[in-house]
Amino acid sequence: MLAQSVSELISLAIKSIFVENILLAFFLGMCSYLAVSKRVDTAIGLGIAVTFVLTITAPVNWFIHNYILRQGAMSWLGDSFKDLDMSYLGLIFFIGVIAALVQIVEMAIDKFSPKLYAALGIFLPLIAVNCAILGATLFLVERDYTLAQSAVFGFGSGLGWFLAIVSMAAIRMKLRTAHIPKPLRGLGITFIVTGLIAMSFMTFSGIQL
Amino acid sequence: MTATLDAPPVAEKPPLFGKKEKRAVLDPLWDNNPIALQVLGICSALAVTIKVQQTLIMCAAVIAVVSMTNTIISLLRKMIPNNIRIIVQLVVISSVVTIVSLFLQAYVFDASKQLSVFVGLIVTNCIVMGRAEAFAMANGPFRSFLDGFGNAVGYAWILLVVSVLREVLGAGTILGARVIPQSWYLEHGGWYVNNGLMVLAPGAFLLLGIIIWVQRSISGYSEAH
Repeated sequence: MLAQSVSELISLAIKSIFVENILLAFFLGMCSYLAVSKRVDTAIGLGIAVTFVLTITAPVNWFIHNYILRQGAMSWLGDSFKDLDMSYLGLIFFIGVIAALVQIVEMAIDKFSPKLYAALGIFLPLIAVNCAILGATLFLVERDYTLAQSAVFGFGSGLGWFLAIVSMAAIRMKLRTAHIPKPLRGLGITFIVTGLIAMSFMTFSGIQL
Repeated sequence: MTATLDAPPVAEKPPLFGKKEKRAVLDPLWDNNPIALQVLGICSALAVTIKVQQTLIMCAAVIAVVSMTNTIISLLRKMIPNNIRIIVQLVVISSVVTIVSLFLQAYVFDASKQLSVFVGLIVTNCIVMGRAEAFAMANGPFRSFLDGFGNAVGYAWILLVVSVLREVLGAGTILGARVIPQSWYLEHGGWYVNNGLMVLAPGAFLLLGIIIWVQRSISGYSEAH
């Protein structure tokens, strides 16, 4: 039983990293992906920060959804709360949690590792409006994941995003010396290359676990 | 917009719909397009473009959200303390998105199920936040409304182009109506096969890249490396 659920979790992780990569298959987190993929070192920094925040927010928002928002979730408060359904407040709660967590993570990193803080610097507050984070939360609500699945899904999505942005940054460093038609430079070529990366990630969909 | 020579301009209240208002609406449609030039709001732009019908609903939702949040934030702009403005903006935006999402669930339930998480994700759509921060925090409500509307329409038409191309090339239909005749298809004795790539994610990336290329060749914009 345990072995089965562990192997299920591993296949969920593989799926969220490669097959259903949150950036390349669901287009989430594009804005910061496009803005920050110009250099490899900043891409690595932002990738780590996003993975970190996603790994924490996914389980936290799972608790919020299952113990506060969904219908009957408040029944731990007593019988009179049995029918209370506050799922319409979902968006406000989730974005609040994400913004607060990003703030806490920022302060924690500043206190314990000023070096990493200096490296991530401006990117940390930007994560609050990264759609990959809110997207992962909304997906775990929609797909009714368990706590363990949410944690694995959050981490896997973060890692998938990290892989995508770092490989893009590495390619863009090379593109700088390439001859590209003027109007295609920058955004245009980045999209076309992203399409090619997405195609290569699709080959993972044949993997059966 | 040309002033007549014989009637010198009289110093009076600026017109309700003057040059600045016109620019606020028209600029984002082409010269300062949110997707092609400002690089905003691409996150959700691609996920909802497989079918034209979905895209139309998504566009309507985005137009409603951006115009409303821009107006509300512009009305509140003098009351918002500077250091917590992001949180205030996020609360306003997510409230408006919640309203729009409930509205969609009430009137077009099937479509809102298909759009799944992407209606909620308008909250983190950079266009909303970007315009609130860049325009509504510094301008009056009417002008902010126009700016929000213009930017959302500039976003919408690119989405529509992508979705029309994806539906025609990927499924041979527009809004569910067949455009490419049945008899052309291979299984009916013709020569044509749908391009399966178009309904997948990479097709959207490639198409958007090409559309941006075309838009920038015509508008003459190019970025340094």
